[in-house]
Amino acid sequence: MKVIIMGCGRVGAQLAAMLEAEEHKITVLDIDANSFRRLPHNFEGTALVGDGTDADTLKKAGIEEADAFVAVTQGDNRNVMAAQIAKVIYKVPRVVCRIYDPLRKDVYETVGLEAISPTTVFAQLLREKLMSL
Amino acid sequence: MYIVIVGGGSVGYYLARALLGEGHEVLVMDKDPLKCERFKDELGSVCIRGDGCEVTTLAEVGTSRAEVFIATTDQDEDNLVACQVAKYKFEVPRTIARLNNPKNAHIFTKLGVDCTISVIDLILRHIEEEIPAHPLVHLATVEEEKAEIVEVEVGEGTRAAGKKVKDLSIPPDTTLALLIRYGEKPQTLKADTVLQANDRIIAVTSVDSEQALRDEFAGS
Repeated sequence: MKVIIMGCGRVGAQLAAMLEAEEHKITVLDIDANSFRRLPHNFEGTALVGDGTDADTLKKAGIEEADAFVAVTQGDNRNVMAAQIAKVIYKVPRVVCRIYDPLRKDVYETVGLEAISPTTVFAQLLREKLMSL
Repeated sequence: MYIVIVGGGSVGYYLARALLGEGHEVLVMDKDPLKCERFKDELGSVCIRGDGCEVTTLAEVGTSRAEVFIATTDQDEDNLVACQVAKYKFEVPRTIARLNNPKNAHIFTKLGVDCTISVIDLILRHIEEEIPAHPLVHLATVEEEKAEIVEVEVGEGTRAAGKKVKDLSIPPDTTLALLIRYGEKPQTLKADTVLQANDRIIAVTSVDSEQALRDEFAGS
């Protein structure tokens, strides 16, 4: 599967490493070349400097042939915008994005965007841990 | 009319001032307390400190009764999300976004924003209209079709001057619609119409074919 990951933070880099280990073809996008230091030293995919909310950058990253797109930058709105460009404009079959704000996540889920809110997920995990002690 | 404006920069400020002057009910939102302070000092309590993309903030200011929602920040992603939340969650009938990158116009329209405004595009259009030497002027855009209506001028001594329409090399997605010649009535173009220098032609074309069209009428 060809996967584009926007945002090479801890999550993006770890996801890239995991998927590459499963033989997927990975392109990582980040506005800061310095972020690519987080990728494993034997990373064989493509690391591209650029803004994923820019349609030209997405084209350069191969969005037209991508099977999946993941948006995990620090900015909720950047993630939402890039994910929608991937889904609506370029018809990428599988699109997931991170939205920290749970309420914003709900709004976008109702219009059909697949999103994960780490805030909610983590709060639930914490609660389960506490209750199981 | 109740109008919500996101972003208290200079666009938001002067827009709010003008709309208040026209007697509208205006509310501005900005994350920066200093900007809010300026509004308070100069326009009264019309500015609330908050994130215009946040559902709770938008609910607090009564966005659901707004008739127009305008996002004016200098970040396109923030303007997009603010407008979408206003539209999807609060069902605001008319959302308007300021574009910083003019290329986002098509994307914003497809993603449900009712109207987009790009200062860059407005300035470019003015430059084209003001400078007569410009061989191609944009008249209108047909967003859904990705087509545009332009006016091209046959330059003096160019390879198009003196040629028949059928001998021109025009991109396949381009239609030459109307010929405007000084002292004559506008007429449709036929295959054997001979073009003259200073003829003006109204054509339907696409962004991708613009350069080829420009070259054909301005090149020698």
